[in-house]
Amino acid sequence: MSKTYELIKSNALDKWETLVQGKPWIRVGGGVSGEAAGSDEIFATVKKSIKENGLDVNISSVGSIGLMYLEPIIDIKTPNGPRIFYGNVEQEDVVDIVVKHLIDNQPLFSKAFAYEGLPNEVVENIDELSTLPAINYQKKIVTKNFGNIDPNDIDQYIANGGYKALDIAVNERTPGEVVDEVKNSGLRGRGGAAFPTGLKWSFLAPSDSEKKYVLCNSEEGDPGAFNDKGILESDPHTLIEGLIINGYATRSTKGYVFIRHGHNHPISATNTAIKQAYEKGFLGTNILGSDFSFDMELALTGDSYVAGEETALMEAIEGKRSTPRFKPPFPAAAGLWQKPTNINNVKTISYVPTIVEKGADWFKSIGTESTSGTALVCLSGHITRPGLYEVEMGKTIRHVLEELGGGPLDGNEIKVLQAGGPLNGILGEAAFDTKIDFDEMSKAGASIGSGGIIVGNKNTDIVDLLRNLIAFNQFESCGKCFPCRLGNTHMLEILDRLCQQKALAKDLDLIEKIGTSMKIGSLCGHGQLGYNPISSALRYFKDEIDACLNKENEMTGPFANGTMMRPTRTRPQ
Amino acid sequence: MKNNTSELKKTLDIREIIRKAINSQKQPTKTVLSSLLAIEDAISYIPDEAVEETAEFCNVSINDVWSVASFYTNFRFTPPGDKMLDVCWGPSCHLLGAQEILKSIASAAEVSGEGESPDRKLTVRYNTCLGACAQGPCIAVDHKVLGFQTPDKVKKLINGLRTKIK
Repeated sequence: MSKTYELIKSNALDKWETLVQGKPWIRVGGGVSGEAAGSDEIFATVKKSIKENGLDVNISSVGSIGLMYLEPIIDIKTPNGPRIFYGNVEQEDVVDIVVKHLIDNQPLFSKAFAYEGLPNEVVENIDELSTLPAINYQKKIVTKNFGNIDPNDIDQYIANGGYKALDIAVNERTPGEVVDEVKNSGLRGRGGAAFPTGLKWSFLAPSDSEKKYVLCNSEEGDPGAFNDKGILESDPHTLIEGLIINGYATRSTKGYVFIRHGHNHPISATNTAIKQAYEKGFLGTNILGSDFSFDMELALTGDSYVAGEETALMEAIEGKRSTPRFKPPFPAAAGLWQKPTNINNVKTISYVPTIVEKGADWFKSIGTESTSGTALVCLSGHITRPGLYEVEMGKTIRHVLEELGGGPLDGNEIKVLQAGGPLNGILGEAAFDTKIDFDEMSKAGASIGSGGIIVGNKNTDIVDLLRNLIAFNQFESCGKCFPCRLGNTHMLEILDRLCQQKALAKDLDLIEKIGTSMKIGSLCGHGQLGYNPISSALRYFKDEIDACLNKENEMTGPFANGTMMRPTRTRPQ
Repeated sequence: MKNNTSELKKTLDIREIIRKAINSQKQPTKTVLSSLLAIEDAISYIPDEAVEETAEFCNVSINDVWSVASFYTNFRFTPPGDKMLDVCWGPSCHLLGAQEILKSIASAAEVSGEGESPDRKLTVRYNTCLGACAQGPCIAVDHKVLGFQTPDKVKKLINGLRTKIK
């Protein structure tokens, strides 16, 4: 441990001790999911009630702990007591919770769902947090700090072991050793392509260019995915530390974190985090006393799904239309501003600090042969416990749905899953025993991709869901390659006809031809993968699609009126 | 963020506001896109003046700026209504009933799809994902996300917004 880091760490630990031991500490779960559940108002009421009762407490707005079905969540830790979690808190409960817990010293157990305490502590009537199935089944690496630390306070991150890996990297390892560590860990890109991360870094490392960039992609336009934004709003320093290490390992000069304009929670958390990292000397010149210097900046994009494609993202950072570039040259040779560049997804980068600290072997021991580590899964739709969960690779989808998700909502059986974003497949019951692992998922016709798993129950109309996905792909095509631009539009027309019971059997042959041309003739994944939802639907739900064919004039289906409200590319003025 | 454009216009020349927005960008990398986003934050739309000022600031042609402004779907070229209502139509909210929400909004706001209510108090926009899928169906009022919407809830909300704003 370097002297500089030792000092920073001991200061942070002192602050943490005071925080935990000094006064009661109230944490209110926020983030965009908390906001949607009403946490902003709850936070304001907590503050008000503290003031009215003249209480001396610490209060923080933290990110989401992942248990989104319980939001808004408040937790209270008293210096000598356990930490008690209150879930589904309503406005009128707040005063009760605060008064009972902090003045009467009697936690309001009727609203509490779990506690967290010392091993010998037992709290009546409620479970220990780690014994809840939704927590117990997880393996937390990237999300370990979620809901526990204030994302706007770098010292809380440091006190919990943060930036130790950076110190190890820049002061004890050569860049080559860090690349090898990541290579040996078996870490693969979490953005969708699953490319080995260490190998990717090794393409950039040798270049002697004066300027080299490492980019972190947090664009996450995929509907149904909220894990990238979750990292940024709950624990941005994990990503920032990872990106600095990425910069060191590849001997780069600057890092960009890239996110869509308008996502206010993640943007403000990341901006604050970068500023604080500069103040502590983790960014800038001679980081932690080493001779490594590195800068970082947040870059914003407008609304464009394709901006998440690696070369389109570079165009967007340069301030242009986010359309993909021709490859070669590959980014490692000529990327951002034609300089050598490496790009990784937020999740990928966020594993790096732990890998450097605990070693490649440790990481490799988690997960499956082909995919080490964990997967971040966002459950939403018709599921009892929607939320953001981190599970070890190799668990089956069925386990995730049952153990974490608590099974289908309202007891209706689950019929369909949309996994990995709208460019990936929809899965039927037959695929639920697939292991979550890059190769197994791709064999099943889907992908871990964005991490989103949208659950549909038995009432879900497959053709209608398909139309929604293709409508998204059509709307978001950047238009550069005509197979994607016209193909998506054409496929959407056919799906409209299917929903209106006007499609004929030959339409399915046509849609396959279109899909194949898109795959061959498009520059980026948007066109290449655009047929996936349909091909996978034909694999798992062919009967249901066939049932919509050659039914002209019968108009009996649930979508007999046939319309779906959706945006068009011609924007209203 | 708040779009008091008409009032601002009275007090300040729109060009002044635009220049100020462009020049107040704090990040080191300033581009056509970042300038347009800064202008959008300030006045919620991209008037001709904004295109000209951005072109001058970035030392590029007006065409270059138009190509960017017309590409990203968040940019608009006329002033929006007083309140911005984003409605999610992504697959997750779709399964939870987003189409019913959209229909209810269309009737309460008197719009046929995206666009302004006749009294221009409200702009309705479709959003592909607001990021709070666990709390769907979602909408957002001036970027603040609200979860667990129902056709009745949004109707009440819109009626409230349309009568409240003077």
